[in-house]
Amino acid sequence: MTNQTLDMTSAAVPDVTDDSGEGMGQRLYWAMADCWTIVRRGLTHYVRQPSNIAWQLGFPIVAVLLFGYVFGSAMSVPGGGDYREYLMPGLFGMTMAMSFMNTAYLVVYDTAKGVTDRFRSMPMAPSAVVTGRGVSDLVGASLDLLVLAVMALIVGWRSDGGLLATLAAFALFLWLRFALIWVGIWLGLLVPNEEAAGSLFAVAFPFAMISSVFVSPALMPDWLGAIALWNPVSSTVTAARELFGNPAAVGDTWIEQHALLMAVVWPLVIMAVFLPLAVRRFQNLSR
Amino acid sequence: MTHTPVAIRAEGLRKHYKEKRALDGFDLTVPKGMVYGLLGPNGAGKTTAVRILATLVRLDEGQAEVAGHDVVTQPRRVRQKIGFTGQYAAVDEVLTGRQNLRMFGRLFHLGAKRAARRADELLEQFDLVDAADKGLKEYSGGMRRRLDLAASMILAPEILFLDEPTTGLDPRGRNEVWQAIRALVTSGTTVLLTTQYLDEADQLAERIAVIDHGRVIADDAPAHLKSLIGGDRIEVVVHGADDIPAAATVVARVASGEPQIDEENRRLHAPVTDRVAALTEIARTLHDQGVAVEDIGLRRPTLDEVFLSFTGDRSEETAERAMGETVKEEAAV
Repeated sequence: MTNQTLDMTSAAVPDVTDDSGEGMGQRLYWAMADCWTIVRRGLTHYVRQPSNIAWQLGFPIVAVLLFGYVFGSAMSVPGGGDYREYLMPGLFGMTMAMSFMNTAYLVVYDTAKGVTDRFRSMPMAPSAVVTGRGVSDLVGASLDLLVLAVMALIVGWRSDGGLLATLAAFALFLWLRFALIWVGIWLGLLVPNEEAAGSLFAVAFPFAMISSVFVSPALMPDWLGAIALWNPVSSTVTAARELFGNPAAVGDTWIEQHALLMAVVWPLVIMAVFLPLAVRRFQNLSR
Repeated sequence: MTHTPVAIRAEGLRKHYKEKRALDGFDLTVPKGMVYGLLGPNGAGKTTAVRILATLVRLDEGQAEVAGHDVVTQPRRVRQKIGFTGQYAAVDEVLTGRQNLRMFGRLFHLGAKRAARRADELLEQFDLVDAADKGLKEYSGGMRRRLDLAASMILAPEILFLDEPTTGLDPRGRNEVWQAIRALVTSGTTVLLTTQYLDEADQLAERIAVIDHGRVIADDAPAHLKSLIGGDRIEVVVHGADDIPAAATVVARVASGEPQIDEENRRLHAPVTDRVAALTEIARTLHDQGVAVEDIGLRRPTLDEVFLSFTGDRSEETAERAMGETVKEEAAV
């Protein structure tokens, strides 16, 4: 028995970094290096399939045409202001809110194809499977925002809030997206296959729409308006409108008056719930 | 025993999922440098066993050592010594073959340069150089599987786990994969292979463990397993039904056991000990007596028959589901 064990270790693979008995610093290094390798994979996907961005942005672009130009003339912003100025931050928020579906889809895809198992059978940092997904999606979300912002500028949207406030608004969008990544990862590990991930649309759609994205909750029936007001997407969108200096149609409810605070707090709450759920679900893969 | 290097040792593995027992006292010892086949019907526990040994699933009870390391307490050490290929080609569909291998190489902590060099070597070794820079959408099933194998060979692991490596491939793809596996074995890799295909185990494995209901019920070289349920048999098909009694007398004289007669197909078969002598003797005598023979031949039991004889009594139902065709053939003989 002892002989065999010795025999095995002496036949070790030559000069591969042994990272199983290493210290904290080295573990952290590899956790980041492995995360970066997975992020590169996500970026290479964008390079090899640029049409992916078009697919992700198809809906917001159609929404700009539909709501900005088809219904737009019939839309009014309570308290006044240009509807398209009001709409654009809403679309940024909607894109962030709905893209947790992409995360879920990619997670399910990797699991169904066995790629997740391959990663788990390798001596890489296990956390990188999850963090890599998260960072890639954040990079993807930044690209989405960039394209949308350019489009918004073309249709006449402007930010009057100055550079810092403008950047802060975009940071809030990414902050919401970051929190929703964990929802996406959790759902991706929960649903059995890609078809089921596709049906998550039924959740994502109302989550994004029953909010202040397209119209002010003040114009909705009371009960629906209340849901819309307390939707985290509304807080982010309203806070961004204020930072951009766009018409925000802010009512006098507490939640609207504290949009900026809640745009920071809501994602924290989402993460507090879903980050542990996602991590536990991932660990349960070895059940 | 102590001098035979052991690649994998599992003792008394148990694993249950809710009410179902996936493994129920699973024991296995795989010597180094061998292709070892795990054969069993769907749901017998093959995949669970491999996933436990590859550190993907925790075991409930028992002990397992892979490449000298405990799978529970030293999973990362185990992961440095193994390659794992699951039931699907676990490669990135969007990337090219080369990009896939480089990515996995980096994740094996080779560093960018060595990952690139290793990718080139493996593309060469698995005959994928021409397709290296094509996206996987353009790969055939066999090519994907070879890339998948290449990815699991990045560290030249001591032990390679292959879970049903040819499921879903056409015959050509299967052949490509078989060749790739054979080449790996000549380079000294120990392979633990699960399969439902009996001919695959027969083709590749030096030794086979038959699994049913989560435990190993037989474990031997393929040839031995076959001889366990009886050795060679001679089979004679006569032209006319009238000739059956005469032929039976001839066969009975040479064979080592009572001939069995299948009137409907005018077929007789009986166990023989000296295969070649028996064949020539029976053929000559039948010819001398003027019995018109349609077909005469020797056959060994197939692994299907071995399998059925081991699992048949205990799990008729499972075996039938997994190998419906074999059962029908068996009934026809």
